[in-house]
Amino acid sequence: MNPIIETKELTHIYSRGTPFERVALDSVNFSVNPGEFMGIIGHTGSGKSTLIQHLNGLLKPTDGQVLFDGTDIWGDKHFTRQVRFKVGLVFQYPEYQLFEETVFKDISLGPKNMKLPEEEIRRRVYEAAAFVELPDSVMELSPFELSGGQKRRVAIAGVIAMEPDVLILDEPTAGLDPKGREQILSNIRAYQDARHATVIMVSHSMEEIADSVERLVVIHDAHIAMDGTPREVFAHASELESMGLSVPQVTNVFLRLRKMGLDVDTSVYTTEQAKAALLALKGGRPGC
Amino acid sequence: MLKDITIGQYFPGDTPIHRMDPRTKILNVIFYIIALFSCGGIVGYVLVLAYLIAAVRISRIKLKTILKGVKPLIIIIIFTALLNMFYTPGNELVHFWRLTITDAGLKNAVLMVARIIMLITGTFLLTYTTSPITLTDGLELLLNPLKKLHAPVHELAMMMSIALRFIPTLIEETDKIMSAQKARGADFETGNLIQKAKALIPILVPLFVSAFRRADELATAMECRCYTGGEGRTRLNPLHWQRLDTIGLICGIVLLTGVIVLRQFGL
Repeated sequence: MNPIIETKELTHIYSRGTPFERVALDSVNFSVNPGEFMGIIGHTGSGKSTLIQHLNGLLKPTDGQVLFDGTDIWGDKHFTRQVRFKVGLVFQYPEYQLFEETVFKDISLGPKNMKLPEEEIRRRVYEAAAFVELPDSVMELSPFELSGGQKRRVAIAGVIAMEPDVLILDEPTAGLDPKGREQILSNIRAYQDARHATVIMVSHSMEEIADSVERLVVIHDAHIAMDGTPREVFAHASELESMGLSVPQVTNVFLRLRKMGLDVDTSVYTTEQAKAALLALKGGRPGC
Repeated sequence: MLKDITIGQYFPGDTPIHRMDPRTKILNVIFYIIALFSCGGIVGYVLVLAYLIAAVRISRIKLKTILKGVKPLIIIIIFTALLNMFYTPGNELVHFWRLTITDAGLKNAVLMVARIIMLITGTFLLTYTTSPITLTDGLELLLNPLKKLHAPVHELAMMMSIALRFIPTLIEETDKIMSAQKARGADFETGNLIQKAKALIPILVPLFVSAFRRADELATAMECRCYTGGEGRTRLNPLHWQRLDTIGLICGIVLLTGVIVLRQFGL
């Protein structure tokens, strides 16, 4: 299977040639397969935001290439613009970019920029709103009248309405209450299932990542430090900690249990797995 | 891109100019500007230029940084030069089509450009070597006598420091909003003037919304910390007048007097 997005020796240097020069990405080779649900974790300033802004052509590499479906996205100006529609990027706190008079108009900005016919725009806007569970009654309201969680979902719908093949979200649940978080995560999963889209999610919450993704990439100090399934990555608890990251709480509990002398599988990383592991342990020693 | 703007930027350092009291520096800039505009002839300009060069050397600000500050104003400078060159009456030097260049025009243009560049550089030197907070502190103290006339000096100074404080924040915010709208296919580069102006709406609306939100939050935060205006407020770092400041002030006065005296002789 050919990767849908690939970076080759991608390097990005901010403020080159000034005293403020900083290498944000250093020869990063990275690829995303179609249909994958990928998580990116990394400490603040590790370069993850810089990386995702390269994937849809918002930032131009200082050196190296970014390929979409095998084509260099900076090869042709027209193609660069097309890639922005094919790779939808939802920024952190996306509700701060809302500006239109009504929710409908705001969601339709992307499709309108794609120069789609009126009917198609309508269909996409309503479909995108359905994905994020926005009731039809809010469509004619001003986005500024909505609650924080609703605003966030309007902003995400604005990107989904472009029907991108790849959806990238930078900390989509930051600053939301538990209910709002769960809702947004399930919306994202629903979108991926329905569209067979590729999803890349940046997050600081290991639990969130553990529950959702199939593949996990760790970025540290402008490099890719680890790349594998959540199970493989979370097996390196001490290394993650040295990078200022951590493993999910459940894994920590199991690591402690192991230290206390209990023979448990420390590779669990979701509560479901933990439950199964504990039940298995109990089943192995009846009456305990 | 937007981050490259250097207006109001401060470059920390430990030179006599950095250490000087902001009041001395503000007064010196005022003397300098008056001197610059009272120059009667080339000698006067040379004197002011020498003063500027000396100050820049002492402050150890790189020439490159200073030129970067002048760069955004290059169009205004060129425009002024051209206007002066073509529209000053005098002895004709070159004539083509409907344009004439006169000797007086040429001289005017050169002096005007020199004057603008020196004006910008001199004032930039103040912001380059003084942190915004000390700058507004100095301004507040200098304007203190106006309090007797019930002028809201403290409030003005506070507004100024808040405004300066938020320039970088708002620039960063603009950058972020621009990227976000670009990710939705917004196009800021192509199109005619009207299309370009229209393309600004998706940036300006969120920017204003967030500026108002920030203002509101800041006001609440200030109230929570019992801010009630300038009455009875003390400073963390009170300003002290040093010998350095006396010397600086004398230099400024000498420059101004020198230029005015030279002017009497038509130099």
